Amino acid sequence: MPTIQDFNQWPDAHGRFGNFGGQYVAETLMAPLAELTEAYLRLREDPEFLAELDRDLTHYVGRPSPIYHAEHLSRHVGGARILLKREDLNHTGAHKINNTIGQALVAKRMGKPRVIAETGAGQHGVATATVAARFGLKCVVYMGAVDIERQKINVYRMKLLGAEVVPVTSGSKTLKDALNEAMRDWVTNVADTFYIIGTVAGPHPYPMMVRDFNAIVGREAREQMLQQYGRLPDVLTACVGGGSNAIGLFHAFLNDGDVRIVGAEAAGEGIATGHHAASLAAGRPGVLHGNRTYVLCDDNGQITETHSVSAGLDYPGVGPEHAFLKDAGRAEYVGVTDDEALEAFHLLARTEGILAALESSHAVAQAMKLARELPKDGIVLCNLSGRGDKDVHTIAAREGVQV
Amino acid sequence: MSRIDRRFAALKAAGRTGLIPFVTAGDPAPEHTVALMHALVDAGADVIELGVPFSDPMADGPVIQHASERAIAKGAGLADVLKWVTAFRERDQDTPVVLMGYLNPVEIHGYERFAAEAVRAGVDGVLVVDCPLEEADVLTPLRNAGLQQILLAAPTTAPARMAQLCEAAEGFLYYVSFAGITGAGRLSTQDIAARVADIRQRAKAPVAVGFGVKDAQSAKAISGFADAVVIGSALVERLDGANTAQDIVARVGDFLRPIRTALDAA
Repeated sequence: MPTIQDFNQWPDAHGRFGNFGGQYVAETLMAPLAELTEAYLRLREDPEFLAELDRDLTHYVGRPSPIYHAEHLSRHVGGARILLKREDLNHTGAHKINNTIGQALVAKRMGKPRVIAETGAGQHGVATATVAARFGLKCVVYMGAVDIERQKINVYRMKLLGAEVVPVTSGSKTLKDALNEAMRDWVTNVADTFYIIGTVAGPHPYPMMVRDFNAIVGREAREQMLQQYGRLPDVLTACVGGGSNAIGLFHAFLNDGDVRIVGAEAAGEGIATGHHAASLAAGRPGVLHGNRTYVLCDDNGQITETHSVSAGLDYPGVGPEHAFLKDAGRAEYVGVTDDEALEAFHLLARTEGILAALESSHAVAQAMKLARELPKDGIVLCNLSGRGDKDVHTIAAREGVQV
Repeated sequence: MSRIDRRFAALKAAGRTGLIPFVTAGDPAPEHTVALMHALVDAGADVIELGVPFSDPMADGPVIQHASERAIAKGAGLADVLKWVTAFRERDQDTPVVLMGYLNPVEIHGYERFAAEAVRAGVDGVLVVDCPLEEADVLTPLRNAGLQQILLAAPTTAPARMAQLCEAAEGFLYYVSFAGITGAGRLSTQDIAARVADIRQRAKAPVAVGFGVKDAQSAKAISGFADAVVIGSALVERLDGANTAQDIVARVGDFLRPIRTALDAA
């Protein structure tokens, strides 16, 4: 029996993280998932594959990303030191490419000439379109019609990169519906198509595979901390929608029991208003998109529509490993409102000259709260998962500014 | 012997192919769902597959997703579905009813509670689309209560797994006739014929074939080698927009009777 203290042995052979995860999909998907699991388990041990991935992460993505001491922000907050893991400096401007590079390489090795993806904010779509262009793969991206409206720049970026963007008009017309639609495409075209899921959700092996590809963030950060500060941080924080950047940062630290871990979910207009996307903080265990996890749903089991100022956090589920870490007591998950995230966005811009993505601004807001609770020599390590260029129009519109 | 088993035994004895229409409960009009179920039987249904509306029906096509959305918009949920089955049973104790849907509504309702209420309502089987054999432990309370678990098999199902499914099959085994979502239009009859023939020899339950069957002709093509034919999207599409019981009954009859006739003539 695996002990709960060793967090590296999850998921088990069935893709379960304790009570969460698994493969809750229709029979038609079982064979493609088995094929993918088999291929990925082989490739993750294949030195040639890993070397190829490493080369691309270094020379194409631009890794390692630095950890940056945000001195002015820290001084302004008046507590512990806030360090930012600068995933916003990656090629395409977010952590998402760590995963898409990895999955595109898997697709290539599996001989699949076509890749599909779902996207919310458009970051994962752009990251998928980017690697598809690089590897000469045909690319189709499913995106909710509402998100297409919110993220026009990213839609155009995907088109410039040669991808086809398909608007999804069913349901709430956001990320979850895009995921449903991409899943349908995959079921129908599985022979030549690889589905690049953008977060640590979906059926096994996706939560494991996407985590593995993003875990480079935490491995680097842990090493950088020891080299540059001679110690580990007191607390880690990252924003959690599906949870890929968060698990990416957290994973290498899970067995470091002294490092506190706090995930920042989108509390939208406040959890009490019901207009939020805080699945862990305010949801309940259920089954969505192929895995058991915490979901936001009503008493009939219908998945509810979510709200967040940031499209990338606007998701009614969350990766099963986060659900597991919550129930195991290893990580805490708290809500950060739209207003708090925007305040953090502005503060970081003015004090450090960094425009953070609205998603990442939730993490910055949480880092500020945590820094206030710690002494000056404490360290809060915050994942700055993406840059905010894509959000400039959203912020201007919200603040009544004509750009 | 369960109601489903009795029905298939009777079909076999009569040398007939079963007709299994699928409709989404609550669509096109929640207040006429019970009338719709009786209309299905009157038009020749042998088993009714009743869809439980779900907000995120990942494995269904746009027709059934939209039916689900319409039903949810009108307030239909799992508790209503059980009420409608109860009402249906007041006049019909013979036609098996299988609920088809996704796991989350059942999980939120509670497995034990759902099992007890479904049996009391007169539900015979449950097809949980996103609960494959590997995850079926959660359905143990349903099986213990006497609900048969209808399993899916697909053209993509690997041989070893197919053997498992054939072994575990109860009620009937639902073979999806192409690797895709419900309602898409691809169907290679010869392919299906060969695979279904093989599965029928091995499965511990009769084999129903569905996905892509849309009229008398396509149903007849399958009837020769399947124990039953499932018809979903085409029927749901035909019912869209009907809002009186009379209209619903008329549309069901117009659509299903030719299919029934074709099956019986085959």
